[in-house]
Amino acid sequence: MRIDGKGRIDRTRRVSFSFDGHRHTGFSGDTLASALLADGVRVMGRSFKYHRPRGAMTAGSEEPNALVTLGLGAAQVPNCRATTTELHEGLVARSQNRWPSLGFDVLAVNDLMAPFFGAGFYYKTFMWPRAFWEKVYEPAIRRAAGLGALSGQPAEDRYERAYAHCDLLVIGGGPAGLMAALAAAEAGADVILAEEDVALGGRLLAETEEVDGQDGGDWAAEMAARLGAMPNVRIMTRTAVTGAYDGGTFGALERTAPDIEGRPHAPAGCFWRIAARRAVLAAGALERPVAFPNNDRPGVMMAGAVRAYLNRWGVAAGRSVLVFGNNDSAHRTVADLQEAGVHVAALVDARAHATCGHDVAFYPGAQVTGTAGRRGVEAVCIATARGEERIAADTVAVSGGWNPTVHLACHTGARPVWDDRLAAFLPPEGAVPGMRVAGAAAGHFSTRACLKSGLAEGRHAAKDLGLKAPATDLPPASDGSFDILPLWQVEGRGRAWLDFQNDVTVKDVELAARENFRSVEHMKRYTTQGMAPDQGKNSNVGALAVLAEATGRSIPATGTTTFRPPFVPVPIAAMGAGGKGKTFAPERFTTSHAGTIRRGAPMIEAGLWYRPSYFPRKGETHWRQSCDREVMMVREAVGVCDVSTLGKIDVQGPDAAQFLDFLYTNAMSKLAPGRVRYGLMLREDGHVMDDGTCARLAEDHFLVTTTTAAAGAVMRHADFAGQVLRPGWDARAVSVTEQWAQFAVAGPRARDVLADVLDDQGALDDLPFMGCGPVAVGGVAARLFRISFSGETGYEIAVPARFGASLFEALVTRAESLGGGAYGMEALNVLRIEKGFITHAEIHGRVTAFDVGMQGMMSRKKDFIGKPAASREGLMDEGREQLVGLKPVGAVKELLPGSHLFNEAAEPVAANDQGYITSACYSPTLGHVIGLGFLARGRARIGERVRAVDHLRGSATICEVCAPGWVDPEGGRMRG
Amino acid sequence: MRIPCPLCGMRDLREFSVRGAALPEPEGAAWSAAWDDYLHNRDNPAGESREFWYHGQGCGAWLVVTRDTVTHEIADVVLAGAEAGA
Amino acid sequence: MRFSALRILKEGLTGNKGWQAHWRDAEPKPAYDVIIIGGGGHGLATAHYLAKRHGITNVAVLEKGYLGGGNIGRNTTIVRANYGLPGNSEFYSHSLKLWEGLEQDLNYNVMMSQRGVLNLCHSDGQRDAFARRGNAMRNQGDDAELLDREGVRKLVPFLDFDNARFPVYGGLYHARGGTARHDAVAWGFARSASDRGVDLIQNCAVTGIDIEGGRVRGVQTSRGAIKAKKVAIVVAGRSSQVAAMAGLRLPIESHVLQAFVTEGLKPCLDHVVTFGMGHFYISQSDKGGLVFGGDLDFYPSYAARGNLPMAEHVMEAGMAMVPMIGQARVLRSWGGIMDMSPDGSPVIDRAPVDGLYLNCGWCYGGFKAVPGSGDALAHLIATDNPHPAATRLRLDRFATGAGLMDEEATGSQHNLH
Repeated sequence: MRIDGKGRIDRTRRVSFSFDGHRHTGFSGDTLASALLADGVRVMGRSFKYHRPRGAMTAGSEEPNALVTLGLGAAQVPNCRATTTELHEGLVARSQNRWPSLGFDVLAVNDLMAPFFGAGFYYKTFMWPRAFWEKVYEPAIRRAAGLGALSGQPAEDRYERAYAHCDLLVIGGGPAGLMAALAAAEAGADVILAEEDVALGGRLLAETEEVDGQDGGDWAAEMAARLGAMPNVRIMTRTAVTGAYDGGTFGALERTAPDIEGRPHAPAGCFWRIAARRAVLAAGALERPVAFPNNDRPGVMMAGAVRAYLNRWGVAAGRSVLVFGNNDSAHRTVADLQEAGVHVAALVDARAHATCGHDVAFYPGAQVTGTAGRRGVEAVCIATARGEERIAADTVAVSGGWNPTVHLACHTGARPVWDDRLAAFLPPEGAVPGMRVAGAAAGHFSTRACLKSGLAEGRHAAKDLGLKAPATDLPPASDGSFDILPLWQVEGRGRAWLDFQNDVTVKDVELAARENFRSVEHMKRYTTQGMAPDQGKNSNVGALAVLAEATGRSIPATGTTTFRPPFVPVPIAAMGAGGKGKTFAPERFTTSHAGTIRRGAPMIEAGLWYRPSYFPRKGETHWRQSCDREVMMVREAVGVCDVSTLGKIDVQGPDAAQFLDFLYTNAMSKLAPGRVRYGLMLREDGHVMDDGTCARLAEDHFLVTTTTAAAGAVMRHADFAGQVLRPGWDARAVSVTEQWAQFAVAGPRARDVLADVLDDQGALDDLPFMGCGPVAVGGVAARLFRISFSGETGYEIAVPARFGASLFEALVTRAESLGGGAYGMEALNVLRIEKGFITHAEIHGRVTAFDVGMQGMMSRKKDFIGKPAASREGLMDEGREQLVGLKPVGAVKELLPGSHLFNEAAEPVAANDQGYITSACYSPTLGHVIGLGFLARGRARIGERVRAVDHLRGSATICEVCAPGWVDPEGGRMRG
Repeated sequence: MRIPCPLCGMRDLREFSVRGAALPEPEGAAWSAAWDDYLHNRDNPAGESREFWYHGQGCGAWLVVTRDTVTHEIADVVLAGAEAGA
Repeated sequence: MRFSALRILKEGLTGNKGWQAHWRDAEPKPAYDVIIIGGGGHGLATAHYLAKRHGITNVAVLEKGYLGGGNIGRNTTIVRANYGLPGNSEFYSHSLKLWEGLEQDLNYNVMMSQRGVLNLCHSDGQRDAFARRGNAMRNQGDDAELLDREGVRKLVPFLDFDNARFPVYGGLYHARGGTARHDAVAWGFARSASDRGVDLIQNCAVTGIDIEGGRVRGVQTSRGAIKAKKVAIVVAGRSSQVAAMAGLRLPIESHVLQAFVTEGLKPCLDHVVTFGMGHFYISQSDKGGLVFGGDLDFYPSYAARGNLPMAEHVMEAGMAMVPMIGQARVLRSWGGIMDMSPDGSPVIDRAPVDGLYLNCGWCYGGFKAVPGSGDALAHLIATDNPHPAATRLRLDRFATGAGLMDEEATGSQHNLH
């Protein structure tokens, strides 16, 4: 019911929306909950377990009951709080967790089963017959559980992420936060003022308080304008600070205002990472309910929420309101309602000593013992000293006291501190470095006290920042003492709810205690108390008070559960913004990328890089045809392949040679300038880290290549070796992977291709196998290396990256004219398997130099990283699995990588496992399949037969063990 | 977490990677109990810890960070090279 | 008291007044045959199997906080036996078999749900590595299936098959893997151990380990000295601190691993799915929350909480793999303290002190290991010989280099897993 003349809504702007298919109208400035309440809709949701009808209980993000699904189709967003959903034209909201309708929900039958569905009942049953758990019980439980539903479509809402930095982050824009921000800003601090709500003011927007002689809400608006005009203040409304992390880092979720005209593609929100030197937590306090029987009936609301609906949105929560409280703040509800002309049925105050200045039926020392009604409250039972009474009312406004919003102060693990006077937990001091707490969050409950503490903490923060705060006047406002009689539960007939969302009642907590779930953590986990979407914001303190009573302990001795981020739930799409699709990880493209795509090559991911799989030609319908052709092209003519993705590390300095001796197992210091050597690097644990070539460009200048996969790790490793292990050596390493484009030119006609592009052929003729030297290509300084990964005459030519694209074109065009062309990763892999060369398929991280037959490369004469660990007996054991070649010799001719090896007659079970296949391919050169693998004692078993078994693909192949390397094992072709 | 890099200033955690306890490399190239300790065994303190960190997304410096493993508070950051006496 | 549907019916009709404590809270006795330090999943399971299989019931489990308050209370509930290397392979295989009858063994519904674990692969190389692992699983007698892209699509059609940065090539499917209700596992073992006579002692912190003549004699606790013939350290997350009381320096670093849960949602994800390229895994709890996580934060920590960079990375990976979950809201994040060993695999072994036993280094594998670990440690304590399924979980493998179990192939030294 809307009350004329009340509220901060814009009555000139009507907004139409729908709820469960019914059309409704509200005003601009309404929330979904306020508009529904104004239209007389009280039931907005169903509870999780018993499917009880529920109405809005609060007016904030802590709402446990009024959770709805917004939007349709892919845009559907489940579990939205009606209490914070800003109304906008065309909003479509639906209730959830009910079938077939909110009014008639079949699973409400669960409520009748409540005696059997107590806390933890499912741990005690559903065990027989065993097969029924997954087939019958669990699917039924899963269907009944859950709240809203995802659309099943990729999320449509677009979110962003951003960083912000400030001197002072003020969390909460109520009276305390406003004063803290002002005080620090006037001292010159860069201030971010973050407020979860759509406007600044906090409780001032919901009350009839005066500040500085004017309406509190107007004062807040004036302050907002004043702060907004300061260049060093950034006001972020609709921004909930979600977590406090280390080093003054905070997470915050900013929601975009709905229906921003002219910005249809605006993001739904932004997840902020705020780095703040200091913080003031001014997050206010949350009113808590009292657990009296049937306190979950629609119409039972927090007293503060009743005032908020009235004062902020001009909505009377009901026609006749019974106010029930145990503290002074309940009383102002009576005043506000009466002033607005809403009937107050009674004021029930649990405190016997309470007095009342309002013209209302007043029951001091009384309690509400129950509610009655079909779809909502119709009558309220109270117990007074004189006995039971039944009072007609459709709304119960409850105040069980206030819980300071301590969450962020506890996110780094500290526990809040119990305060007997306030009957509440207060934030621990200094728990989050640099954070101070102000206002109601610190237990200051009057407006004046909030303003004062905000001012003091703002000034304190400025001082901590080394700033001098000028005097700021404290605006006059009402003050008052806070008096409370702790009241957690009321005895009576019927269940009394603690956690409304998860349907946890006082009885559940008492049962848990009886079953020895006495630790607050046990109670929580056994009953699911506090595990619902409100994370116990409404119920945790009450529940642990009930537990304390049930176990005969005090509340502080009972303790709290852990406060964890996020303070309000954050969409995965917000915190994971940018993760969807291609932007999940950077895409790295070689300089030949465009040319490669133009040639129709399918690209595959190689780490972050893209590389061509093969270059299909006309008539080729299967990758194998292209691959086989490319292999033979290299073996018989010439092929060109972009190898720029390999890591390149430039090492220079007088001690560069000795430094590389330390990095590699083999000696690089003996390498002459102008020569290249294959090298092996170990991790400190003695296993192979990477392999590649090392070229000595000059006496004090080397170029190290790494594999594509290990480029980053090797760079980090080299930096560690240089800076930490051998800091005294004068050598520096820097990654130049991006700076050079490099192409392999391989095959009998490689020289003919290069002769065409090099400015001076002489360099080519003089270059011996494993030599390197400077060359020029079209006047551009380039480097030529005579190395081969294919076993053919091979070169790699490197030019500054900006010339890569044109050099690739030149090389490929020339190669094509000679019967060759570009080749891709498939052919590259076949070529190297034919030669028995290893890649990370073999040096996969668990193998040693010994395992791959390179123990001879571990120099005895010098130190190198990994040498001590590699000498461990277990890493040099002859029984280890060693690299071998394999070729099928039986009827089955396939070899599948990942197959395991067994003795020919052995059963293929774990106990008989002898090794596995790492790589395999059809060799067009040899005309049959070959593979590489690791076999126990493999090097001693050349010529033996083993069986390769692949259970997964149903394959078993008899193979002969061979030395790895089939094509030109003597290497004459690559040297020639 | 934010780490004051001696070369770059205060930077976010995501620019760094950590290697673990900052231990001196043992003498000798033969496997020994000292090497086993260096590679494997740890005090693993719940409290102040000296660790090697790498500013890989920044200046590429290896750092020795003195940090509390319970509170994550950082007490001191120096260049590992300077620490090693270079 | 036996739990059953009939019992629930009876209690429900009589006001639920008959329910009793699931376990006894015992006062410490002066001496025990065996003291288990740590009342987490592994410690409680050890007590259960000591009593059940070996008849050893003069046992105390000492827990400094509340039972099940360590990593069994804060994991992502995944149970699987999809390891590829000898050691892990037979051990987790054994553990999974124990899981499969656990409800009946404990008379406690731990909600073991064999809904299948699917590991996605994104390159030929990854598929080959999965094939190797899957074949190892089959060699071990466990189930494994290599799915191609279409096979994956049939199972989980809502993945991003069209526009993913790392396209789905296929996956390794382990049908017997799944999830279980983690807390209930601790409570079920606690109840069973307690019913068999084991003393469960909460709020009892061990402050010292008494050793005389190279042999363990008992422990000092916040509730006084307790003698014992044998003592087992089963405190993953605090292993280094407790082992130090016995003068040991372990190959363990403590790291924080974060996890996340969303608000409740109607069933939308029926398996456990992992996304290797993003270090991301996800399942949906029976309550409806999406439970997911990723990699370590990578700095040594005892704080049981993480920082934003990894949290955000995990969410990005979720968006990359399962973009439909974008509208789900993260309700809670938390961290567990992982005992990280150099090679990423655990230790169940005798300590170099007579009568002292170690159970540590569980890395990410602790939850699914609970029954297997309890059984293996109980066997070791009772017989002083390793359980046949745990002979390779040796402490000395790092010193000798023999039998390293670097399952991720990233190295057998710290901070690489």
